[in-house]
Amino acid sequence: MSVRERDPLTGHETTGHEWNGITELNTRVPRVIWWAVGITHVWALIYWVLMPAWPLVTTYTRGLLGYDDQERVERQVAAAYAVRTDWTTALATLPAEEVRQDAALMSHVARTAPSLFGDNCAGCHGADAAGGPGFPSLVDNAWLWGGEAEAIMETLRVGINAPHPDSRWAQMPAFGETDILTRPQVRIVVDYVQSLSGLETVATQERLAEGEILFAENCASCHGEDAAGNRDLGAPNLTDDAWVYGGDDAVMFETIHNGRQGWMPAWEGRLTTAERMMLTLYIQDLGEEAGR
Amino acid sequence: MMTRLMATERQGALILSGLVALAGLILAAAGRGDPMGVHGWITLVFAGGVLLIALRALDAPEPTEDRLASYYDDPTKVGILLALFWAVVGMGMGVWVAAQLAWPELRFDAPWSSFGRLRPVHTSGVIFGFGGNALIATSFHVMQRTSRARLAGHLSPWFVLLGFNLFCLVAASGYLMGVTQSKEYAEPEWYADIWLVIVWVVYFVLYMRTLARRNEPHIYVANWYYLAFILVVAMLHIVNNLAVPASFGAAKSYSAFAGVQDAMTQWWYGHNAVAFFLTAGFLGMLYYFLPKRAERPIYSYRLSILSFWGIVFFYIWAGSHHLHYTALPQWVQTLGMTFSVMLLVPSWASAGNALMTLNGAWHKVRDDATLRFMMLAAVFYGLSTFEGSFMAVRAVNSLSHYTDWTVGHVHAGAMGWVALISFGSIYAVVPLLWRKEAMYSWKLVESHFWLALAGTVIYVFAMWNSGITQGLMWRTYTESGTLAYSFTETLVAMRPYYIARVIGGALFLAGAVIGAYNVYMTIRVAGHQAPQIDYPTGSEANEPAVPAAE
Repeated sequence: MSVRERDPLTGHETTGHEWNGITELNTRVPRVIWWAVGITHVWALIYWVLMPAWPLVTTYTRGLLGYDDQERVERQVAAAYAVRTDWTTALATLPAEEVRQDAALMSHVARTAPSLFGDNCAGCHGADAAGGPGFPSLVDNAWLWGGEAEAIMETLRVGINAPHPDSRWAQMPAFGETDILTRPQVRIVVDYVQSLSGLETVATQERLAEGEILFAENCASCHGEDAAGNRDLGAPNLTDDAWVYGGDDAVMFETIHNGRQGWMPAWEGRLTTAERMMLTLYIQDLGEEAGR
Repeated sequence: MMTRLMATERQGALILSGLVALAGLILAAAGRGDPMGVHGWITLVFAGGVLLIALRALDAPEPTEDRLASYYDDPTKVGILLALFWAVVGMGMGVWVAAQLAWPELRFDAPWSSFGRLRPVHTSGVIFGFGGNALIATSFHVMQRTSRARLAGHLSPWFVLLGFNLFCLVAASGYLMGVTQSKEYAEPEWYADIWLVIVWVVYFVLYMRTLARRNEPHIYVANWYYLAFILVVAMLHIVNNLAVPASFGAAKSYSAFAGVQDAMTQWWYGHNAVAFFLTAGFLGMLYYFLPKRAERPIYSYRLSILSFWGIVFFYIWAGSHHLHYTALPQWVQTLGMTFSVMLLVPSWASAGNALMTLNGAWHKVRDDATLRFMMLAAVFYGLSTFEGSFMAVRAVNSLSHYTDWTVGHVHAGAMGWVALISFGSIYAVVPLLWRKEAMYSWKLVESHFWLALAGTVIYVFAMWNSGITQGLMWRTYTESGTLAYSFTETLVAMRPYYIARVIGGALFLAGAVIGAYNVYMTIRVAGHQAPQIDYPTGSEANEPAVPAAE
């Protein structure tokens, strides 16, 4: 039933085939298609001649341009480093006070540090650096290990409870779990510590007096007689209103009963000295801005 | 439906489902304490269900119909209903995971509801569940009509359809349990892969046998595409899933390839899954249902030939464009890029052939939403193939790669092309299969069309904006030669587009739900009407044989 018909609309002939009512016109392939085929194929051919393209047995056609991705990226990376070398070297070698005096260096810091902080620190300390439970705020001027440039640089370099050999190390012992304090005693200490930082407490004077004794026996060695903390040991000040884990009854009970040992990664090897210097200056400024 | 099978076929169904149930039992026993065991139970229950259906009809009387005088459409009908089921599930999952990206709390902190597990349920649900079932169902339909021959066999179509859905079920439930090969679109583990190979070989044999029975001297274009889809998907699936199981009692295997070879194999598979699953098969659908609905001859047979061979030849080379600027040697990238650009011509030739076919039928496009679905699908096919070739160019890819632009591109193809041609074809074929006058409500088809169009456009524009913003932010340097934006800042910038995407996806999903409802109501309440000719006719004489018993 090969009957060729002419389609009245287009004037083209059908192929004479028919499938369940479907027919096909035998229209020529439009010229524009042949042009497109020609252009794309010629373009591909030129590209193959110029660039690495076809595999041979043990090598490949390298192309007339001698273009090599690997070489090019190495060159670009080296060039990018070269552009930054002047000021990054200065940052890596000068002390923080001198960097602060240098407006040009500080403008590099201002441009670069926010995204460095965003990519490396914000994940734990928050985009606004205000921290969260277990992750200290960096804008409250309450420093565990010190807020001077040298102290921050060192914390960044070695981390806290990190696998770095020089890592800072700190542990809040689990006073309840290890039976140093009974559960009622832990509660007394909670009341006492809350009273130190001026939190409202309903505890009686006797109870607070008992807490003072327990504190002196168990806590003062790290947190100090005056509970103002010890930055050599990373022991927080308990008389201010800054809390790493929280200052309410339940959280403080958990802290004293079960202990705490947070950690911060060591950034040496992951960030350069210059990058750590930028972060140091940046978070110092953040704290100052927040303090104002 | 069981009673339309002959007694020997029912016995065959009983034995087959019994064997699959037994395989499920073995899987359950071997995989105790492992997700593989759960898959054993799922297989057992699934096959057990089929077995019960076969058992209940075992003593039914022999069917009286003259089989040669009608097409075998029962598997097609079930396939279409399954496609609609998976459409709602898969697109629903898509909306959920899209919402998770905008509002992470929607993750609900359960392991199974995490983004990484739900996303493959969405992708597999849509591609394989919806797309696969639509392809299998329409291929059965189209092959019979264009060959004027009944399906070769009554058991194997069921085996293909149900076996494929068992695979989809095992795949989706596995993702929720964390079972994955970590290969995109090839996530299911080794036993599911082996099962799919069996199903697919049966599909291929069934297709070839039916084609061999044809009463037409020539093979219609649609069948070339369906055949390419079946054949090449088998090849891709087998090669990319070559793996060594860590043990025969657990859902864990190691790929036969390593490193960059593994990546190249995966993207040779991945891109050709797009080519031969999501393009070739659906072009088969387009080539049948569009001229049928428009009642116009195909614009150019010669163009069909050119684009078919162009598509099957060039696509196979293009996969490496997924790995630009990686450890993959540059010459492989060059080949992927240049072949992708040359591929544009046959792709546009196909889209053009479809749109030119509508010449003389544009008034129907205006009035008939079903045909408009198909027209728009061809337009989106043209758009997304252009975009694909464009993004395959290394310079463009250096901006677009790893960004939401890729996601937008995939969805322009999946929503605009694959889903629209499927829905158009479903609306065209449902009244015919169920012997109805028309769809239950043309207004609902119309609203589905506009919801789908609005959803796709919102989705794609949101992802273009998001992706280009993201790509530009990643590569922006300060005057100091350092990165200007942190990663988090790029996320904040993308969030409005993520919300827009949820809206676009929800509109599209709403359309699919309306479509499923409309099909359901068509089957339940639309008026009866037998078509004039919808049965095989002899090859020599064109006069109809005795019409089939309804």
